[in-house]
Amino acid sequence: MMTNKELIIIGGGPAGLTAAKMAAEAGCQVLIIERSPALGGQLIKQTHKFFGSELTYAKTRGFDIAKLLIDDVMKFKDKIEIMCDATVVGLYPNHEITVYQKGVYSKFKATAIITATGASEKFLAFENNDLPGIYGAGAVQTLMNLYGVLPGQSIVMVGSGNIGLIVSYQLMQAGVKVKALLEAAPKIGGYLVHASKLRRLGVPIYTSTTIKKAIGKDFVEQIETVELNEKWEMVSGTEKLIDVDAVCISVGLSPLHQLLSMAAVEMKFVNELGGMVPLINENHETSYPNLFVAGDVIGIEEASSAMIEGYLVGLIAANRIGYHHPHYETLLQSYHDQLSNLRSGPFGAKTRIGLAKLRGETHAR
Amino acid sequence: MLDKTGIASLEQVKSRFPKKEFLAKAKAIIECYQDIPCNPCQTSCPFGAIHIGDDINVQPKLIVEKCTGCGICVTSCPGLAIMLAKIEPSKAVFKIPYELLPVPKKNEIWHAINRAGAIIGDALIESAILIPKQDKTVLVTVKTDLNLLYEFVTIRSKDHE
Amino acid sequence: MRIEKHPILTFETKKKINFTFDGQSFIGYEGDTIQSALHACGIKKLSESIEHHRPRGFYCAIGNCASCDMTVNNQPNVRTCITLLEEGMVVLSQKGKGVL
Repeated sequence: MMTNKELIIIGGGPAGLTAAKMAAEAGCQVLIIERSPALGGQLIKQTHKFFGSELTYAKTRGFDIAKLLIDDVMKFKDKIEIMCDATVVGLYPNHEITVYQKGVYSKFKATAIITATGASEKFLAFENNDLPGIYGAGAVQTLMNLYGVLPGQSIVMVGSGNIGLIVSYQLMQAGVKVKALLEAAPKIGGYLVHASKLRRLGVPIYTSTTIKKAIGKDFVEQIETVELNEKWEMVSGTEKLIDVDAVCISVGLSPLHQLLSMAAVEMKFVNELGGMVPLINENHETSYPNLFVAGDVIGIEEASSAMIEGYLVGLIAANRIGYHHPHYETLLQSYHDQLSNLRSGPFGAKTRIGLAKLRGETHAR
Repeated sequence: MLDKTGIASLEQVKSRFPKKEFLAKAKAIIECYQDIPCNPCQTSCPFGAIHIGDDINVQPKLIVEKCTGCGICVTSCPGLAIMLAKIEPSKAVFKIPYELLPVPKKNEIWHAINRAGAIIGDALIESAILIPKQDKTVLVTVKTDLNLLYEFVTIRSKDHE
Repeated sequence: MRIEKHPILTFETKKKINFTFDGQSFIGYEGDTIQSALHACGIKKLSESIEHHRPRGFYCAIGNCASCDMTVNNQPNVRTCITLLEEGMVVLSQKGKGVL
C-alpha cells in the first residue's frame, strides 16, 4: 500500500527540523522520518555553548537548541507528522520511499522530498583498529551525554578538529582522563579557543603525531603512537606506548549520501565537502527534480549552517509544491546572506571551494 | 606555537591586556586569536564595549573605556576565552568561567594554573556565582599574586590531582 | 560506569530494566539502548566478526556502521546502539551472519 504525502523530510536533525518548520509555516503538510528514537539529530548530545550568531542560537547549548527546534516543529501539530525509530531503506525515482519501522515496512510517495540525512564519522586505518574500545568521538559523546555512561577511565583522542577538541573537553567534564590528543597534521585543525580550553586542563596536544597500532585482546588496553615528518611518513624511533581503556577517533565526517546514490541522482566526490555529494543547483535541488538536500549531506559544516540550509530548503520545497510563504523573497535573501556570512571567514574556505566545485557542474535547468 | 600546542604566547596574551592604568577596575581580556564565525561576546555586552561588526568572522576588540567589568561576556563566550582582570596592591584579581566539578567555594585555596596547564601558585577563591542566565557556566572570582597577572588562566582543585 | 555528577547535565534515576546477555542477567535503565546498558555493565565486546572471529564493539552509536549488530529476541543483526532496551530482552552476541 502506498501512502501519499506532500513533503517528506528524511532526517530529524537541525536541517530536517528547520526545513519542516519553514515548510509548515508556508502551509505545507510534512512528514519527518527519523532513524533514532528521538528528534534532534546530533544536537541532543552537544553540551557546549554554540558558536555563530544569535540567528542560529549562538551561546545556547546544543541540547537546548534541539529542544527549541523541536518546540518549533511541535507548534505545527496539524501540519507536521513525525515518525521516529524509522529508517528510510529505499529512495526511488518518482519520489517513492520505503520505510522500516519496528519490524514493518511501509511505502510513501511524496510531491517533494528533502534529504537531510547528515553525516557519519570517518574511520582511520591502523593495526587492530577494530578492537572494542575504539570508538568514534561522536559515539562517545552519545554514550556519555545522552545515556550517561562513561566510555572508559583514560582515553586518547585521535584528531584535533572541533569534534575531537570538544569531545575531549566533555570527557574531562564527565571525569574521564584524556591522556593525549593526537593530530597527524602539523597544526591543530579546530578552533584554537577549544584547544586552549583543553590545554589549560593539562591535556597535551601532539601535532605531527598519529596512532600506529592498538594493543589488546578483547578490547584496547594500550596504543602505540608515532611522529610523522613533513611528508606524513612515520619517523621510526619516535614510537611511544600509552595505557588506555578507550580510544576516540575523530578524523572527520562524510556525508550520508547512500539514499541519494540509490536514487541515482548525479553525484560527485568533493574532498572539501567530506566525500560523495549530490550535484545541486542554487535551490539545493539535486539532478532529480523536487528532490532537495540540506545540511551535512551536501558538505560537512557546523550545525548553524545546517539550520539555515534547512530553513532555506523548506521554504523552496514548499513553494515548489504550491505553498508560497508570505515572506518568501525576503527570507530567501536573508538565508542566502546568512550562509555566505558564516562561510566568509578562513574556516569557511573549504566549504566555499567545495561548493564552487559542485555548482560548477550544475546543469542549467 | 598556539596553533601547534593550544598555548598562547606571552606576547599574544599581553596584546589582549589593556594598559595597566586601566586595570584598577576589572576589564575583559578577550583571548580569541582566530577569525571564527562567532559573536555572542558582542551581542551579550550591555555597554557596547566589544566590537566585531557585521562580519562575524572578525576577532572581537575591546573598547576599554566602555568596559564596566560586569562579567556578562565571560559566561557568554562559547569558547570560554574571556576573563576579567584587575590589579590590586600586590594582587591580581580575576573573574574566570568554570565548567567543571567540584565547584569552588569561597575562601578555599586552589592551584593557580597557566595556559599550559601547569601549577604556578595559589589562587584564593573570593566567590563562585551561578545564576540561571549564565547557563551553567560558573563565574569564579579568584585572587593571586600580582606577578601571575599575565600567566594565570584557570584554577584546579588541590583535592583532585 | 555511569556518570553520577556532571557540571552541565543531570541524569535522573530511572526505572530499572532486566535483560539477559549471553544467558547472564543484567540491569539497565529506562532510556538506555541495548548497547549503552551493556557498556554501563562493563561489556565492551558485543559480537564477533564473521570470518576471523575478531571481537566487535560499537563504533558510531547512531545506527550507521553495523559494528554493534547483535541477536535480540531471536532477531539477528539488530543495531543495538539505536534499539531501546526493553524488559526481559534476550540479547546474544552474534557469531556469523545470522539466520532469519
